[in-house]
Amino acid sequence: MTINTGTTISKLEQPRRWKIKTQSRRSTFISFERITQAGTNQYTIPAWLPWIVKRIVSSLLGIIVISMLVFAATQALPSDPARVILGPEATEDAVEVFRKHLGMDQPITTQYVKWISRALQGDWGHSIDSNIPVTQLIAGRLENSLALVASVLIVIIPGSLFLGVFLALRRDSWIDRTCVSAMIALKAIPSFAIAIGLMMLLATSVFPVLPAVSLLDPNQSAFAQPIFMILPALTLVIATLPYLTRLVRGSMIEVLDSEFITSARLRGLKHRTIIWQYAIPNAVIPAIQAIALTTSVMIGGVLIVEVVFTYPGIGSALNSAVDIRDIPVIQAIVVFLAGSVMLINLLADIATVMLTPRLRTQPASTGA
Amino acid sequence: MNISAWTKKIRQNSQIGLGFTLSAGILLLALLGPWLAPHSPLDLVGPRYGSPDANALLGYDYLGHDVWSRLLSGGLSLVWMSIAASVIALVSGALIGMVAGFFRGRIDQTILWWSDVFLAFPNLILILLVVAMLGRDPWLIVIIVSIAFLPGVIRLSRSITLGIAQQEYIEATTMMGYSTYRILLREILPNISMPLLIHLGTMLSWAVGILAGLSFLGYGVEPPAADWGLMVNENRAGLQIQPYAVLAPAILIALFALGTNLLAEGLGRAQSGIKEAR
Amino acid sequence: MTSVQPIHPVLKVNQLNIALENGTALVSDISFDVHAGEVLALVGESGSGKTTIAMALLAHTRAGARIESGTILIDNIDLLSLAPEKLRAIRGGLVSLVAQNPAMALNPLRTIGQHLHDVLKAHRPELNQHQRQPQVNAIIHDVGLPADQRFLDRFPHQLSGGQQQRILLGLAFILRPKLIVLDEPTTALDVSSQARILNTIRDLCKRYDAAAVYVSHDLAVVKQLADRVMVLYAGRIAEISPRSSLFTQPRHPYTYGLLEAIPDIALRRAPKPIPGQTAAPGHRGQGCAFAPRCFKASQACLHKQPSLLTLDEQHQLACLNTSVPLRLTQPDSLHNESLIQPEIANTLPILHMHQISAFYGKQPVLHDISLEVAIGECLAIVGQSGSGKTTLAKIMAGLNIAATGRINFIGAELPLRASYRAAEQRHKIQYIFQNPYQALNPRQTIKETLSAAAKHFFKLDHAATALMVAEVLGKVSLPEKVAQQYPRELSGGELQRVAIARALICQPKLLICDEITSALDVSVQANILELLQSLQQDGLAIIFVTHNLGVVRSIANRVMVLHQGSIIESGHVDQLLDHPTVDYTKRLIQDSPSLFAAA
Repeated sequence: MTINTGTTISKLEQPRRWKIKTQSRRSTFISFERITQAGTNQYTIPAWLPWIVKRIVSSLLGIIVISMLVFAATQALPSDPARVILGPEATEDAVEVFRKHLGMDQPITTQYVKWISRALQGDWGHSIDSNIPVTQLIAGRLENSLALVASVLIVIIPGSLFLGVFLALRRDSWIDRTCVSAMIALKAIPSFAIAIGLMMLLATSVFPVLPAVSLLDPNQSAFAQPIFMILPALTLVIATLPYLTRLVRGSMIEVLDSEFITSARLRGLKHRTIIWQYAIPNAVIPAIQAIALTTSVMIGGVLIVEVVFTYPGIGSALNSAVDIRDIPVIQAIVVFLAGSVMLINLLADIATVMLTPRLRTQPASTGA
Repeated sequence: MNISAWTKKIRQNSQIGLGFTLSAGILLLALLGPWLAPHSPLDLVGPRYGSPDANALLGYDYLGHDVWSRLLSGGLSLVWMSIAASVIALVSGALIGMVAGFFRGRIDQTILWWSDVFLAFPNLILILLVVAMLGRDPWLIVIIVSIAFLPGVIRLSRSITLGIAQQEYIEATTMMGYSTYRILLREILPNISMPLLIHLGTMLSWAVGILAGLSFLGYGVEPPAADWGLMVNENRAGLQIQPYAVLAPAILIALFALGTNLLAEGLGRAQSGIKEAR
Repeated sequence: MTSVQPIHPVLKVNQLNIALENGTALVSDISFDVHAGEVLALVGESGSGKTTIAMALLAHTRAGARIESGTILIDNIDLLSLAPEKLRAIRGGLVSLVAQNPAMALNPLRTIGQHLHDVLKAHRPELNQHQRQPQVNAIIHDVGLPADQRFLDRFPHQLSGGQQQRILLGLAFILRPKLIVLDEPTTALDVSSQARILNTIRDLCKRYDAAAVYVSHDLAVVKQLADRVMVLYAGRIAEISPRSSLFTQPRHPYTYGLLEAIPDIALRRAPKPIPGQTAAPGHRGQGCAFAPRCFKASQACLHKQPSLLTLDEQHQLACLNTSVPLRLTQPDSLHNESLIQPEIANTLPILHMHQISAFYGKQPVLHDISLEVAIGECLAIVGQSGSGKTTLAKIMAGLNIAATGRINFIGAELPLRASYRAAEQRHKIQYIFQNPYQALNPRQTIKETLSAAAKHFFKLDHAATALMVAEVLGKVSLPEKVAQQYPRELSGGELQRVAIARALICQPKLLICDEITSALDVSVQANILELLQSLQQDGLAIIFVTHNLGVVRSIANRVMVLHQGSIIESGHVDQLLDHPTVDYTKRLIQDSPSLFAAA
């Protein structure tokens, strides 16, 4: 999969990239710092609280705007959903009736308000294709997708932290160079190419040991049928692990090069203490943002992987909904996915602030 | 920037060399391919999933087209669309980001907030959404892909501009009363162009992945036209009988993405090398 | 001060050579001793190798460099032959370091209490948390900080620069090392914090009877602290001298040059620059590295490396020519009046600021500042960091800062923002920045930078612009080839000259200089000050923003003291520095280190 949620931490492992990234993230904290300065005498309110409130409000606003954008894209664009759904053969009268059925004769704002207030109560409408309520249609598939994403995260978070730190500590050794080259190569390969490669390798041609098609039993949890999850999960791991590992490696190298590590070493601290209590905690905090980014990228990447392996998840559901222009399903899934990304970013920002004393606490008072 | 130092670095840097060779090779193949193809990509010239023979180097696909001819003809759309989308995103994103980083304040906050909102849509999903509603016109796809890339470019260009705008040589131009237009384009732009160029390489490899993925899903180039991503999808069912029909286009896509990616990596490394050498 | 015992020295360095991995020598043939209770200062300008030597005392080199040969004995332990685990026990235990930048030297995720405990844990693993606490409390108290738990639970960023530096002192002294290495520990602090930290350092060294190596570029600071001074030039020892004789009777021409170049708060004299610039490692000739800049150099100096000779028990010198002490320009108690500009009373003010206030957000940073500057006058604005002096300077230059008040410039109203000012007004006020490395666009040649400014204001053709560029480069005494170069090819002093040239090409009437010499070495600083004085004599008005009262004494006519955004005192330079009336100014003057003031 290509990691393409175009954030500035692209793929270079140079520390400099990191600085750019942290800088851009920090911009959100500027107002926060100002708040703490103004409220230095109010010790009762934690310094981070106003910032978090502001951040949450901003995310909520973002989700509202996302829902508007999705609604506008599906219902208000110059295309005619009724015509799109019914196809070119339908008569003008039928289209007109159907348009009324969709509520499209009303002003767009009324339509939106109706749609969003129903949606907030859990009613996202009925699938045009099967006439099942949308929530019911995607609930099971959502579970399958979450199982897939969760199992990938369980592998890549510890995996990338371990591998990134391991390589950073052996910087420029042959093993580091080999791994970095391999990661550069892997990162460039589109995820569907990885998926097909794995399918050939492990399911069809070379070692046919795994199922090429994930025919999950809908009555059981996906975790109960792990054999079907291996190939999709493996694809996602291969697609995301190199990226995350390189970021962890880069941030670890930057920390190892920083002055406070040298100082600690010159104070005679044990190597183990320096690595575990000085270097790793400082390297992991920037990794939080990277994990969030990877997760949100994976939410997009899940679509292709699910389609390749016909895994019954939310991504393949979106794909077939797009195919037959099942608008209520498209709306629900896209709003849900974009909302999840917003939420993940919010959580990552909060975690970063709470784990960074400089952002969490009062700044220095003056005087020597 | 010292050009001779640059060329020296580039010559020394095997990564850039390999990346350049790969990208340029695939580019040439895609551009010249349609003229070199022995058959029309649309002609049915052999058996379904037929094995390679003297007439068809790589065998026949699911309908009996010559895979080699379709391969030669099917790269052009991918190549031009990925380049166009990346360049459009780069140019517009760089300008918007520079404005945000230079003026700061409310403009910056607004731009940043909106790019965060767009960042929340996973690229492929945003593209699918629009393609589903508005159709699969190539230019439409190019525009949406570049919109999907835009937040990333804006963030990058903004954060570097923010750093540079606080440097004293930019403050000096403000005090001298140079026009904003001049400060942005003549003073700041040359100093942020390198990271942006590196990002262009990265975006190219992303675009290749996305556009190929889109054709693979069946929303890109319409069949029966030849397209690498589409070919992978069409011939997937025959993977065991005739693997070349799937493997060959998949490998070319991967090589192009790898080439542009290596180019970006190498440039990034060369640049940080020059910085350190200072 | 401290008597030097004739017993074993605590530190004995013998023939130390450090080089880059490609063989380029960084420091060569370094040999010296330090005894218990003694403070040896390592003094030199950038590139002298002082920090390299200091780090080697902990058996550490920066990436890319290594110790080629030599021995370092601390308490008779050969540091360079130790196994890593042994070395770890020595570092922090027997020898410890106080780093230059305390904010960078502390782990941002650990509290200061944890930092102190970590050191004890590493060296005294037998102690538990409870047993360590009294030691932590004691050292915190010794470095002058409150030893309560709430303070120990603070993170480094919650401390001021001075407090952070005290924590580094605590970390260095907690295990009572025999040798302590201090690498410019006060450079990042303002003068008052510096004075207090220096007291603490002196106190701690005496109390723990530690030998200290104090690295500094500032001879005036060194004079307050050191027993002996080692002057380094281009990676070699120039002179090792007891403090008592170094500051009155320097032997090495470089030491002499340094002492003559330093502007001093105690007396007004024109700082004398040392011609030329330090040769970078790898570009040092086979002879004495200082020879090309030396006023005493002979032919032999260019070919033969002078060896370090012992003059008397405590005095060593590496120079072929000097056998007698050099005579310093004597402090002139009457203040050389010829340097002072003719009285300003009869000349018109060129700039008049009226009740300027400025805000950062809602926080006021300047309150009702009013001031005047006349043609050919140099007004110094003095203040510590956070006093608002740079903000004030930037308002004059028209940078976008939220401010109120009025400015009158050559008889006309001057809008606060540069974009509202007429081009006619803008080119007459020019600003020079503190950091010459950031003041020029790295992507433009010097010629491009200069001609852009000229073309912007005067709409000249190519030939006329080229002529002007050549002319201003001449004015700031830069060779013509500089025009074709990029900023990164030039040294700090040269860059600052280019920045001045860019100001001059706009034909200014008022030059605003914001700490323009603080990033430069003293010998280069003297150069720039000399240039400014000649410009002032040509009728340019200069506003000189600085924290360095020595510089103020040497070039300004009038001085204004800024504190927390208000002018608290102003007047004629000699009058104000000799007879300050406000307590704050008195303390500032007292805390400023001086070469010549009576101790």
